[in-house]
Amino acid sequence: MTVDVSLQVNGKAVSAAVDPRTLLVELLRQQLKLTGTHVGCDTSQCGACVVHVDGRAVKSCTMLAVQAEGSSVVTIEGLAQGNTLHPMQEAFRACHGLQCGFCTPGMIMSAVDLLQRNPNPTEAEIRHGLEGNICRCTGYQNIVRAVSTAAAKMRGDSAAA
Amino acid sequence: MHPFEYLRPRDLAAAVGESATGNYLAGGMTLLPSMKLRLTSPEKLIDLSGLPDLVGIQADSAAVVIGAMTRHAEVAASAEVRRLIPALAALAGGIGDPLVRNRGTLGGSLATNDPAADYPGALLGLGGTVVTDRREIAGDEFITGMFSTALEPGELIVRVKFPVARRAAYVKFPSPASRYAMVGVFVAETATGVRVAVTGAAACAFRLTAFEAALQKAFAVESLEGLGVSGDGYNQDLHGSAEYRASLVPVMARRAVAAALAR
Ligand SMILES: Cc1cc2nc3c(=O)[nH]c(=O)nc-3n(C[C@H](O)[C@H](O)[C@H](O)COP(=O)(O)OP(=O)(O)OC[C@H]3O[C@@H](n4cnc5c(N)ncnc54)[C@H](O)[C@@H]3O)c2cc1C
Ligand code: FES
Ligand code: FES
Repeated sequence: MTVDVSLQVNGKAVSAAVDPRTLLVELLRQQLKLTGTHVGCDTSQCGACVVHVDGRAVKSCTMLAVQAEGSSVVTIEGLAQGNTLHPMQEAFRACHGLQCGFCTPGMIMSAVDLLQRNPNPTEAEIRHGLEGNICRCTGYQNIVRAVSTAAAKMRGDSAAA
Repeated sequence: MHPFEYLRPRDLAAAVGESATGNYLAGGMTLLPSMKLRLTSPEKLIDLSGLPDLVGIQADSAAVVIGAMTRHAEVAASAEVRRLIPALAALAGGIGDPLVRNRGTLGGSLATNDPAADYPGALLGLGGTVVTDRREIAGDEFITGMFSTALEPGELIVRVKFPVARRAAYVKFPSPASRYAMVGVFVAETATGVRVAVTGAAACAFRLTAFEAALQKAFAVESLEGLGVSGDGYNQDLHGSAEYRASLVPVMARRAVAAALAR
């Protein structure tokens, strides 16, 4: 048995017939071929699968596609404007905030949500705000640096690196 | 995950009417992972997100009333909750991680009654009341054991009333991996006396009457001097022994009293 689901993904209207067990991340990756969103643990621990649903960062491995009915979803593919990276993506690149890159899409989506709520976070607030995202490579130092760099840039501080 | 039928009813009676053969779905942060592991395999999921009666926060000087589908992040950010019961806002802001808080709900947390969950500590610590589709249940009666509550099959949590305390604080020692409470202590000076509730330590949240009596005489950190717990029947797992949890209880209690006094 399938259920029809209609939602916006990165600004485009999308409709699909899904088995109710389909996870949001499965709809995104398998049906819509948006493979930028990763699956690390599939057990709600790692944050590799984070996307925005109606402006809030969520683990898309722990949400059914049918629960996103009528919602607006933004994935990592929806951040850049054409060839211009989002300031958070640019800061991760410039600060070396990634190594293998597996955690990066989720990390960036969480970081963008964090700045939407708190445009000028302290280092402690950045670390607390990224508690749902695990990185096995970087040791987090450069991720934190990237987020504060992006924050300064997005606030328009001229002193920003 | 085994297949299931999915429903999103628009009114409360319809939701409860389906419950004989289905499970409620709130934030899904506990239910979906257990379905993936096939620890539970409901035939039917009744998504509560279409029910307007279950969302929102109402407050007056006596109580804060929070709808069952209100997400942890909304409670943490609510200006009303922060002003009237800052300990409750802080508790909600310390659950799991931001992504869990953006989906997980008050009703889902209390219905699950995980031994290490935070909200059961607030329900007991503040002397809250659970309002369901059929009755009101005092917090002290609601929590009945490990993952067990006074809810009847199909009974739906609609909202929870938390009385405003004169002062209160919640301090937990989080598991570094999940941030669930190894031990959390909620201390409140309420209109009906001092309440001290512990979560994470044993099968379910419980009150510490000896600590309450001591703080009733004088609400000060020194009042807890020399008080401890035996740790009989406390939880043992890979995160810590029963003795370790028992040693954390008085420490978290003293920190909670200090935090309540600092507010
Ligand atoms: C990585 C991670 C870390 C976490 N850390 C913490 C933590 O530190 N502290 C903590 O307290 N919790 C923690 N949690 C649990 C989290 O708070 C969950 O959100 C919560 O336990 C369940 O709420 P839910 O809304 O997701 O419920 P769901 O998963 O949707 O439902 C859980 C159960 O409750 C029932 N139910 C839901 N709503 C109602 C209702 N209104 N009436 C009757 N029954 C209902 C459902 O049928 C189901 O059986 C964590 C979870 C994860 C995944
Ligand atoms: S894949 Fe979703 S949290 Fe790890
Ligand atoms: S860069 Fe490899 S997991 Fe984070």
